[in-house]
Amino acid sequence: MSIIAERVGKTYPPIRYAIGREKVREYASAVGEINRIHFDVDAARAAGYPDVVAPPMFAVVYQMPAVMTAMLDPDIGVDYARMVHGAQTFRWEDVAVAGDEMETIATVRDITQRDGMGFYIFETVTKNQRRETVCTGIWTSIVRGVS
Amino acid sequence: MYRYLDEHRKGCLVKPGDTIELSITPDRYLTVRYAGASGDFNPIHIDDEYAKQVGLPGRILHGLWMMAQVARAHTDAAGGPDKLKSLSLQFRGMGVLEQELTVKGVVREVNGGTAIVDSEAEQGGRVLIRNAEAEVAAR
Repeated sequence: MSIIAERVGKTYPPIRYAIGREKVREYASAVGEINRIHFDVDAARAAGYPDVVAPPMFAVVYQMPAVMTAMLDPDIGVDYARMVHGAQTFRWEDVAVAGDEMETIATVRDITQRDGMGFYIFETVTKNQRRETVCTGIWTSIVRGVS
Repeated sequence: MYRYLDEHRKGCLVKPGDTIELSITPDRYLTVRYAGASGDFNPIHIDDEYAKQVGLPGRILHGLWMMAQVARAHTDAAGGPDKLKSLSLQFRGMGVLEQELTVKGVVREVNGGTAIVDSEAEQGGRVLIRNAEAEVAAR
């Protein structure tokens, strides 16, 4: 497998994700949240939100389909079986709530090679139904045994 | 409902040197529930035999679940999910089930209303996440 640095900058069609109330509850439960605004609509409304609030890391749920499209693109050539998740960044501009319709665009930000390892950096930018940017993710994947 | 053991959290984020801490013990079926909740069904997290075949000690925690614990240590201390502005970190080790995971952080500086917090996550003395840096609305 070779590193294909000329693919840097490649971008993918937007992928939509509709945030469901029960999905937020399921996710919040799985990560151990106890704040009621993630589970209880009344508690969320009392706190000023229109519906249950997604925990910040719920960004994984709505951005993963977009980043996977880029990671699994044969053009990019990530060997998924030898890939590990090296680093992760999220920046949140606003919270997401149940009922939001997200649209995420993935971009290949960087591909480099050193010491027999390939470093792939992907960016995902999510906007909501009001076209406001909600979250930006930077995903660093490391693939061993690249030559 | 499933319950986590030894749920423990504390902290505040007002001035440099303030600390935050969260401990949680993932139960035996945590990775199955998180796989369903997140959509990440990589078998290294849910199938012991598969994990061992690829050289792991057994099923391992999802890295992004561990990151969610780091995020939660900050949002709990800061008073809500809207307070966390950014989180950046490196994955260093494999997390295992049924062993306590602890996140510890310290406020490096406070600029205006924003605290910069450095943190790490460890399990049994092994560092799982290092160089975590967060921007959090201070309170």
